[in-house]
Amino acid sequence: MAENVGNKASDSEPLLTMRNIHIKGLSDETWVDIINGIDLDLNRGEVLGLIGESGAGKSTLGLAAMGFCRDGCKITDGSIIFDGLDLLAQSKRDLRKLRGRRIAYVAQSAAASFNPAHKLIDQFCEGPLKHGLMEKAQAVSYATDLYSRMNLPEPELFGYRYPHEVSGGQLQRAMTGMALACRPDLIIFDEPTTALDVTTQIEVLAAIRDIVKQFDTAAIYISHDLAVVAQMADKIKVLLKGDEVEQADTATMLDKPQQEYTKSLWAVRKYARAEQKPVSGQVPVIEIENVMAGYDKTTDILKEVSFPIHKRRTVAVVGESGSGKSTLARVITGLLTPREGSIRFEGSALPDSYHARSKDQLRRIQMIYQMADTALNPKLRIRDLIARPASMYLGLSGKALNDRVCDLLHMIELEPDQYIDRLPSELSGGQKQRIGIARAIAAEPSFIICDEVTSALDQLVAEGILKLLDRLQSELDLSYMFITHDLATVRAIADEVVVMKDGTVVEQGPKSEMFIPPHHPYTELLLGSVPEMDPKWLDHLLDSRGADNIGDAAIAKML
Amino acid sequence: MKNLAIMIIKRLGLGVLTLILLSLLIFLSVEALPGDLAQEILGQQATPSAVAAIRRELGLDLPPHIRYVEWLGGMLQGDFGNSLALKRPIIDLITPRLQNTLFLTLYTACIAVPLAIILGMMASLFRNSYFDRISNATALSAISMPEFLVGYLLIYFLALSGYFPSMANITPATPLLDKLYACFLPALTLTLVVTAHMMRMTRAAIINILALPYIEMAHLKGIKPSRIIFWHALPNALAPIVNVVALNLAYLITGVVIVEIVFVFPGLGQLMVDGVRFRDVPVVQASSLIFASAYVGLNLVADIISTATNPRLMRQK
Repeated sequence: MAENVGNKASDSEPLLTMRNIHIKGLSDETWVDIINGIDLDLNRGEVLGLIGESGAGKSTLGLAAMGFCRDGCKITDGSIIFDGLDLLAQSKRDLRKLRGRRIAYVAQSAAASFNPAHKLIDQFCEGPLKHGLMEKAQAVSYATDLYSRMNLPEPELFGYRYPHEVSGGQLQRAMTGMALACRPDLIIFDEPTTALDVTTQIEVLAAIRDIVKQFDTAAIYISHDLAVVAQMADKIKVLLKGDEVEQADTATMLDKPQQEYTKSLWAVRKYARAEQKPVSGQVPVIEIENVMAGYDKTTDILKEVSFPIHKRRTVAVVGESGSGKSTLARVITGLLTPREGSIRFEGSALPDSYHARSKDQLRRIQMIYQMADTALNPKLRIRDLIARPASMYLGLSGKALNDRVCDLLHMIELEPDQYIDRLPSELSGGQKQRIGIARAIAAEPSFIICDEVTSALDQLVAEGILKLLDRLQSELDLSYMFITHDLATVRAIADEVVVMKDGTVVEQGPKSEMFIPPHHPYTELLLGSVPEMDPKWLDHLLDSRGADNIGDAAIAKML
Repeated sequence: MKNLAIMIIKRLGLGVLTLILLSLLIFLSVEALPGDLAQEILGQQATPSAVAAIRRELGLDLPPHIRYVEWLGGMLQGDFGNSLALKRPIIDLITPRLQNTLFLTLYTACIAVPLAIILGMMASLFRNSYFDRISNATALSAISMPEFLVGYLLIYFLALSGYFPSMANITPATPLLDKLYACFLPALTLTLVVTAHMMRMTRAAIINILALPYIEMAHLKGIKPSRIIFWHALPNALAPIVNVVALNLAYLITGVVIVEIVFVFPGLGQLMVDGVRFRDVPVVQASSLIFASAYVGLNLVADIISTATNPRLMRQK
C-alpha cells in the first residue's frame, strides 16, 4: 500500500478517532453551528449506530469521517484521525486517494446516487480501476461474486443493467456492493433503508449485515429508526441538534437509556391509543363498494375494493408502494372515476367525479397530504391558507372569518398572534403539517383522508401530530381514513385495519385482531418485517425464515 | 433500438407534416406581398394587355390554390421551377449557393461546437474562477455585438493587416485549402456569434447536474473532478446541449445574410433577399422551404441524439 494512503496500524489502535469536531453550515448568509464538539471512536470491524432526528447532524458527521463537507459546510475545529492519518491535514488529492478506497459511502437513495447514464457494473468498476487496484476483468468477477453473496438475481448479468432497470431494494444492495468494491476499512451507511418498504428493508438489512461481517469492515450506520440501528450496531450514539446526548453499547442503550431525550425517543414507539369498539347497525360515513379503478383502459390498480368507515372511527389502510392506497384516496375524493363500483356517503351514493358533486358533498370530505411542503402554497400567509376553505364553504367573511381562523389555530395548538401572518417557509415541518390539518378542518368536514401524514416527520413530531388528530376526532366527531405503510402508526391510531396488496384487500378487521395471528400470509410478512427494538430480532427472523424467505423473494413465493 | 426506430418514424412523419404546413404559410405570405412580378418586369409604362400576356405565360393568372398544388407537387419531385426574374431553373441557382452555405456552416460548426462545449465544461469545472468569469464575459460581449460589427472589426484587425482576405467570394472550383483560407473570417465571425449561447448552456446544464446526489457519490468514490465532469455529468447533460447546438446550426444555415453581405459570400441568404427584392416568388419559396427543412431536420437529429444517449428512454421496461 502506498505511503500517502496511510499505514496499517496495529489492530489495537482505533481505526477512526474524531475529537472535538465543530462544523458550521451556511444558512441565509450566516454561519450556524451544525456540530458542536463531538468525539467519536471506532475500532476495526466495529459498527457504530448514529441516531437522531432530522437536523441532528448525523449525515454531516458521517461525511466528516471521510474528510468531506457538503457545499456550504466547513469543519471549523477538531481532528479526524483515520488509521494514523490526520484527514484535515491531507491535500485534496490525498483525500481523493482515500475515499472509495479505504472509506466508502452508501447513500440514502440508491436511485438518486447511481448515475442513470451508466451500467451498474461500470459504476462498480470505476473505483477499483481508477484507484489502480484491479484490472477490469478482475473487478467484474469480484462484482459478480459480491452480487451473488447479496442474493441479487442472475449475478453474472445483473451488473449489465442500468439503474432504472432494477428494483429499489436491489439497487440499494448494488450500492452496498459498490461501496465494497475496493474492500474499504470503513463504510458510512447513511440511512440506507429509509426509502424502502418494510419487506424490502429486511433483505437489504440482512445483506448489509452479512457482508459487513464477512469482510470484517468497520461501519458507521446512520438512521433515525432505532429498531433498525439496534439490528446493525455494536454501539449506539444519540445526537440532538449537533450535540452528543449519550453513547453506550446497543443492549445497554435499549434497556437503560440514561438521558431524558433518549427515553422520550424510545417511548414514542410505545404510544398507542385505546381501540374504540366496532360499530354495528349504523350507516357508515363512507362506504366503499366494489371499486375497480385504473389510470388506463386495461389495467386495474384497484380490484373490487370494499369496506366501510364508521363515524368517529379511524380506518388504517396499510400496504407497500404500488398497492393502490393513494389511488383509493383519489377515487373517494372524486379525482379518479372508478370503472365499476361506487362510494356511498352517509348512505347515499356520491357522484363519481368531483365535478358532479355538490359544494356540501365536497366540503364534508377533506384531505391531508404527506408533503406539507408542497401541499401549502408558499406565497400565501397562514391566515389566507386557512381562511380560504372557511370562506369558500361556509361563507364567512370579515371578523367572523378572522375569529374562525384564530379558533382553528388554537385547535392545532399554534398561537394565532405569533403564527397568523407567517409564510409556510417560516414554519417547521411539524407546524406545516398542523396548518394542513387546520385547513382540512376549516371546512367542517365529517371525513378526512390522511395520506401518509406523518411519514415525512421525525418520530417525536409525528407523535404530536397523531395525538392532535386523535383529539380532534373526539372533539369534532371526525372519521379518518389513514393511509400509511408504517405499522407503528397503525398501532398508534387505528381502530380498524385494511391491508392492501396489488389493489386488493387481503385482510381487514379491528386493530386488536390484526396484531394477533393467524393472518393472511402477506399480512404476516408485513407485520413480521417491521423491525423490533430487540437487537436479536433480525437473527431470529433469519433463523426462523431463512435468507431466501424475506423481502421480494417471499412475496414472489406467495403468488 | 425498437423504441428509437419507432420514435424516428414518428418524428419524420411529424417533420413532413410541419414542412407541408410551412410550405402553405410560405406560399400565403409570399402571395400577400404587395406588387406583381409582371408589373415589375415590364415597368410602369406597360399596357394592361402586355401585363396580362406575361401573367398568362408565367401562370400567374391561375387561382392561388392551383398554383400552390402545382408548386408543391413540383417540389416533391425535385423540380423547384424556374426563376421568374432570371429565367433559369432554380435548382441551378440554389445548388452552388446551398453548397457554399453548408460549407460555411460546417466550417463554423467544426470550430464553434467543440470550442463551446470544452469552454462550457471548463467553466463548470472551475466555477466562479477567473477563467469562468473571463470566458463568460468574452462570450457575452461577442454575442451582444451586432454581427456586422464583429465582421468589420475582424476585417479591420485581421484583413487590413493582410493576414486573411476580407472577401470570401468562393466558387465551386476553388480548392478546399483556399476555401478554408478565404472563409476564415466569416467562419470566425459566426463562431463568435454562436459560441456564447452553446457555451453558457453547456455550463448551466453541467452545473445543474453537479448538484445531484450521484455526483456527490462520485466524489465520495474518490473520482477526479475532470472525470466527474466528463463521465458522470456530461452524458446526463447532453440533451439540453445537443438541442442548443442544433438550434445554432440551423441559425448558421438560415440567418447569416448580414455576414454574407459583409464578406461578399455567395450564400443562400443573399439569394433569398434578392428574390424578395425582385418579387421572384419561386426562388423565395424554394429557399424558405430549404431553411425550414434545415430547422426541422436538425431538431430531429438533436432529438434522436438525446434519446439515443439516454438509457432510460432507450431501454424501457
